[in-house]
Amino acid sequence: MTPPALEVRNLHKRYGDLEVLKGVDLVARDGDVISILGSSGSGKSTLLRCINLLENPHAGQILVAGEEMKLKPSRDGALVATDSKQINRLRARVGFVFQSFNLWPHMSILDNIIEAPRRVLGHSKADAIAAAELFLEKVGIADKRHAFPAQLSGGQQQRAAIARTLAMQPQVILFDEPTSALDPEMVQEVLNVIRALAEEGRTMLLVTHEMGFARHVSNQVVFLHQGQVEEIGTPEEVFDRPGSERCKQFMSSHR
Amino acid sequence: MTWAERWALLVEWAPQLLEGALLTLELVGIAVIVGLFFAIPLGLARASRHWYIRAFPYTYIFFFRGTPLLLQLFLVYYGLSQFEAVRDSMFWPFLREPYWCALIIMTLHTAAYIAEILRGAVQAVPPGEVEAARALGMSRRQALQFIIMPRAIRIGLPAYGNEVILMLKASAVVYTITLMDIMGVVRTINSRTYQFEMFFLVAGLIYLVVTILFTQLFKLVERWLKVEASRKR
Repeated sequence: MTPPALEVRNLHKRYGDLEVLKGVDLVARDGDVISILGSSGSGKSTLLRCINLLENPHAGQILVAGEEMKLKPSRDGALVATDSKQINRLRARVGFVFQSFNLWPHMSILDNIIEAPRRVLGHSKADAIAAAELFLEKVGIADKRHAFPAQLSGGQQQRAAIARTLAMQPQVILFDEPTSALDPEMVQEVLNVIRALAEEGRTMLLVTHEMGFARHVSNQVVFLHQGQVEEIGTPEEVFDRPGSERCKQFMSSHR
Repeated sequence: MTWAERWALLVEWAPQLLEGALLTLELVGIAVIVGLFFAIPLGLARASRHWYIRAFPYTYIFFFRGTPLLLQLFLVYYGLSQFEAVRDSMFWPFLREPYWCALIIMTLHTAAYIAEILRGAVQAVPPGEVEAARALGMSRRQALQFIIMPRAIRIGLPAYGNEVILMLKASAVVYTITLMDIMGVVRTINSRTYQFEMFFLVAGLIYLVVTILFTQLFKLVERWLKVEASRKR
């Protein structure tokens, strides 16, 4: 059996004395679209950021396609990469889409997209551009390739950021509240792009507050509460028949 | 003195004034460009997470920002010659020349300020943009080279332009070690003609013209680097 695209075992993270993640386990198989729900402070974003080591967890294991990230404790107790080359290689295979896009404002949209394939994967400029054009087409902003990020709307910027992530041909994509920084009228265009990716069979983890969207797009839903997985199951199970009281409460207040 | 006489004086001394202006431009131009190259490692080291890497640039910047340019100039021009080791060294042919003293000190002085500008610019790059680079698999080095530095250059450019103009005006102290820059030439002319107010005014005008020159140059560089377009809304 092929190993899962992404696996997280017993992940712990704390900020000072505050324990944000208290042993989270998660498995994403190829083609899984997993939505992670929970109230603010439940550790959703921290979980996502720990997976590609934007935050350093304090305990636990992270495996990308069966390959475990080599981690060692640092002086302050957090786990840091033992082998930075390995981490860079694994990060290149795990896409990350930020809430605030984080496009590089001094480059055109096209340059934003071809930068990492050229520098990290060593693709030629011509190849990178050819690929980038396809991804821009896919997210529907091909006409903006020579614009700068500041000239784009929030929705367009987020779609460009998704194209930038796709250009690395990642095996898993992590979405960290991709629509939370957007004006309401732009949310849909970004959700449509994410839905199209889900329909392509891409493996994705999605932290979101868009409950209706999460329900329709994902095959698995995780409800986090106070740093622990409180409920996990199919959308029907978690949305319609939640077992835990907390999850029930959350679902009824987010209809 | 009539206007015609004044004009005649000005024309008479114009070649010297031009030479003075060129010397000022040369000193400032070289100092801020070479200073920039010194400042890049200094500024990056100054922004390091490790104290032992920060220590040298910190001390360097502390000294060169904490003492007047004039004093630094005197220390090198008058001070170094007191040491026999310096007089016997291979550097003496340079260090005994006021031109080289001025150039070296101006370069080291402005490098300290540019390093601080660079440190501020590097630290002003939004962390999210660096995270994006790392999340795409770039190494620390690649992120620095391809994302942080190009971004910091655009953030720091206006402050660098300001530093160039400050150096232009600060360069006026080099006449004290016998250099014939704008101030040096004007003081010489004054001691010959006694037309103090006129030639000091002329000196002021020359400095203003050079300032305009630098300002326009930086406008061009900003346009070339698309600084405006890369500003966040």
